[in-house]
Amino acid sequence: MADRDVVFRVKRYRPEKDSKPSYQRYRIPYRDDMVVLDGLNYIKDTMDPTLTFRWSCRMGICGSCGANVNGQPKLTCGTYIRDVHRGVVTVDPLTNFPIIKDLVVDFDDFLNKLASVKPYIVREDWGDLTKEYVQYPEDIEAYKQQSMCINCMLCYAACPVVGANPHFVGPAAAALALRYIRDSRDEGADARLERLNTKSGVWECTFVGECSVVCPKDVDPAGALQTLKFLATMRHMKRLLMPKMASR
Amino acid sequence: MERATYDIVVVGGGGAGLRAAIAAAEADPSLTIALVSKVYPMRSHTVSAEGGTAAVLRDYDSFELHALDTIKGSDFLADQDAVEFFVQRCPEEIYQLEHWGCPWSRDPDGRVSQRAFGGMSVKRTVFAADKVGFHILHTLFQTSMKYPQIHRFDEYFVTTLLVDGNACAGVIALDLRGGQMIAIGAKATILATGGCGRVYEFTTNGFIKTGDGMALAYRAGVPLKDMEMVQFHPTCLPGTGILITEAARGEGGYLINKDGERYMQRYLPGKMELGPRDILSRSMIMEMKAGRAFKGLYGEYLGLDLRHLGEATIDKKLPMVRELTEKYMGLDPINEPIPVRPGQHYMMGGVSTNIRGETAVPGLYAVGETACVSINGANRLGSNSLSECLVFGTATGRAAVEFVKKKPAFPGAATIRDALKKEEARVFDGLFGRERGKETVAGVRVEMQQLMERDVGIFRETTALSDACTKLANLRERFSQVALTDKDRVFNTELTAVLELDFMLDVATAIAHSALQRKESRGAHSRTDFPDRDDANFLKHSLAFRTDGAPRIDYAPVTITKWQPVERKY
Repeated sequence: MADRDVVFRVKRYRPEKDSKPSYQRYRIPYRDDMVVLDGLNYIKDTMDPTLTFRWSCRMGICGSCGANVNGQPKLTCGTYIRDVHRGVVTVDPLTNFPIIKDLVVDFDDFLNKLASVKPYIVREDWGDLTKEYVQYPEDIEAYKQQSMCINCMLCYAACPVVGANPHFVGPAAAALALRYIRDSRDEGADARLERLNTKSGVWECTFVGECSVVCPKDVDPAGALQTLKFLATMRHMKRLLMPKMASR
Repeated sequence: MERATYDIVVVGGGGAGLRAAIAAAEADPSLTIALVSKVYPMRSHTVSAEGGTAAVLRDYDSFELHALDTIKGSDFLADQDAVEFFVQRCPEEIYQLEHWGCPWSRDPDGRVSQRAFGGMSVKRTVFAADKVGFHILHTLFQTSMKYPQIHRFDEYFVTTLLVDGNACAGVIALDLRGGQMIAIGAKATILATGGCGRVYEFTTNGFIKTGDGMALAYRAGVPLKDMEMVQFHPTCLPGTGILITEAARGEGGYLINKDGERYMQRYLPGKMELGPRDILSRSMIMEMKAGRAFKGLYGEYLGLDLRHLGEATIDKKLPMVRELTEKYMGLDPINEPIPVRPGQHYMMGGVSTNIRGETAVPGLYAVGETACVSINGANRLGSNSLSECLVFGTATGRAAVEFVKKKPAFPGAATIRDALKKEEARVFDGLFGRERGKETVAGVRVEMQQLMERDVGIFRETTALSDACTKLANLRERFSQVALTDKDRVFNTELTAVLELDFMLDVATAIAHSALQRKESRGAHSRTDFPDRDDANFLKHSLAFRTDGAPRIDYAPVTITKWQPVERKY
């Protein structure tokens, strides 16, 4: 069924052999319904079993298969070859992360940043498990957008600030902090804003906005960061003006 | 060579594994827990579950009714004591997840919403739009970060269980990034690695669903229960196998053939599109055989028609259906029916456990799709599996804590050291040392998948099943000729693919032999040569035991409490 060929130019780095990354080219047949991930799997299964990349769900929800495709951070399972190639599809590992091997990069730093914003409901009185905390549909709308983050890390790859300052908490972790702050069931806003009002927090963001451009789930982390700057400022002002009330 | 010891090691970081780890951490905060996963936990396949999770939350519903629906759906192969235990605990798990922040969809009065689902006689399925698994997984994963005693081993692939005497004493895992083996000793080990859909060619399951936990337990002497009970979901996208949720029908979607007819009126007029999955999948095959299916690039298919639901309902309740259909089929369900066909989706069978998650090996537990308690019997109802991960995740985590408190000592250092050396020799020397032959991992894998699809699929009969058993034995031989091209230690995904295929061949063999021996039709297991249910001979669980040759198939009774088996009519 394949009617055409395309060249995949894939960044390779094998730490046990290579001193630095380099490109390898593979010519593969393709059809219009093939995504970039299909191309990588074709190479792995039939041409070069050493090519290394992560994938699982192939439906844009597990967040495993991110890579820079022709320079743009993309989920390779949701990027059609027909839409990106001009004879060549260049695939690089996501930028701003340490490369482990070929397209596989290290996300541990993100998980530490995520943990630092307390990505869970914080509250004193939990009640029992015989009923729900009441939330109206509009209460859910308040945090729904940020709750859609799949941790695919495209936003970190796109963010020039992450590249310049690796300590920056970054777009996805900030968006998830806002997700819990805006949740009517949560009481942890103060601790999160304190964490985000630091040298590695929201003030590092210069509102380039690339994170929201590349986000495959419309989480709008750039918007979340601006909201968090506002909330952090309000918190700061309150503490200056009303020191007694600040320690909620 | 490295070594670590924990009170409990959980293998798998999906819904069941995370729920078990959190339950254990809450039951006794002084215990140490290792959470070992071959992927970052938020990549686990729970993430792909779409439609919902069942629980009795409203006055119009009752535990009795949820139990009856589940037992009837199971074609009376479920253990009724387990089902009663299960339905009673679903509500608190739904509220627990809610308290932890899961964004369940709500009614205008602020309460958790419920929707209709196949085989459930009332609206019982709790949901978060149609990304239920995603929200459950991320809620649990993020909540797990509250507990410093849960130590994660992300991207560690468990290759074997540590066995000390006749008890399980932890696991040996390949650290994918470090490229070395590590022994993780533990007083209790919980397997929660999910299903094994990738033994089939056309499956909704992600690439990582390779039956690892099933094979690990099987190799340690634990039987695999009811492995012939394989669920095929009726609505998968041709080509990719991507799932279109049952919620699409729960919200009112139609199934149509090429004449535009709602063909379920021919097979199940009482339930139509909301029949159980086994019946819907068989009906699709019947429509194909009758020449009433559409024909496309990837074979025959039927239509899932949502057009009458309207854009507002689809966007509010089924946004992922629209997103997936637009992205992967290039069509908008508002304007066109979605092409669908049945595909492997879920394993009712799995590691034989009781309601506490205990297996036949002391210290070894299993939970979630990996396990078979059994509440699902011969056919699972949609939205019972996420609830199963939660209810039995909690039960198993707590049972493991009780066991750990009673067990006096950690496994011996010498035992662990010897086992680690042996496993290093098997994996590194054995697999890296193989001479390059003509077999490749992808080649053997594809043949296994095609053979399972063809001969151990929706309809089965003796000749094809016997043939499958023989061919699987041949594939096992050929597998020993698969050599590695990639000899690197660091993140060697060719090596993990070989280890996964090794597991999958064991699991596929258990499925095929269990299917051959069950000479009746019940639930998802449809024998064209034995078309009727045979309670006199087969109202019992199959148990596959691993041997050096073909698996030995034994049987165990089904627990009946108060629902006597009757004909399953809808």
